[in-house]
Amino acid sequence: MEQNEKLSFHFDVDGNDFTSAGEASVKVKKLMRQLGFSPELTRRVSIAMYEGEINMVIHANGGVADVYVDEDCLRVVLADEGPGIADIETAMQEGFSTAPDNIRALGFGAGMGLPNMKNYSDEMKIDSIVGQGTTIELKFKVN
Amino acid sequence: MELSQVAEILEAKVLTGSEHLDRVAHAACGSDMMSDVLAFVKDQGILLTGLVNSQVIRTTLMMDMGCVVFVRGKTPSEEMIALAENIGTVIMSTQLTMYESCGRLYLAGLGR
Repeated sequence: MEQNEKLSFHFDVDGNDFTSAGEASVKVKKLMRQLGFSPELTRRVSIAMYEGEINMVIHANGGVADVYVDEDCLRVVLADEGPGIADIETAMQEGFSTAPDNIRALGFGAGMGLPNMKNYSDEMKIDSIVGQGTTIELKFKVN
Repeated sequence: MELSQVAEILEAKVLTGSEHLDRVAHAACGSDMMSDVLAFVKDQGILLTGLVNSQVIRTTLMMDMGCVVFVRGKTPSEEMIALAENIGTVIMSTQLTMYESCGRLYLAGLGR
């Protein structure tokens, strides 16, 4: 984790170890508590980021996560160099999943990750190129 | 309902967080699917599950659930217990099945 001047945080998400997936989100949750964000916002940000982190480990062999604290909003940017999402509209449907059976056995892959990220954030933008990777930006308004 | 009462009703062994047994939970959730927990849990304070991996502990942290009950005598690894200890999550283990565990707590008034 590196902290820059404009209050942003950078995390590397290790794609080789499902056991450690979510470590960055745990850190962000702690940081948000320390920075005095409301429990409700902290919960929404950490759940959405956790889903994103899990997705990167399942589908893209990891990636990077950046959290930017702006004056009126908090942004989480998750970027990977995985296979990309061919049909974003279909991927956004609740229950649609391409996760393999071994991931389902671990309690994930119900096709709720992306819809959940959308539900818990105020704005979600997905940029994906098949064969190159996916970048997801989540925005949360800070009142 | 206090967590100490939950432990009593489920005849559960408290594996970590015994100092937090005075915490009060108003409802619980039983699931082996963490995706569902992340999507549907609102203010349930306890997760009952038969799934044993570190993501169970992280999921409950994200959802602000302060207690995990492993059913069917499942025992978490030392790594999971250390993670729970670090974030202040209570872990219990009961020999009862998921069905009976949920049934007993519901009958005792939890979530009703």
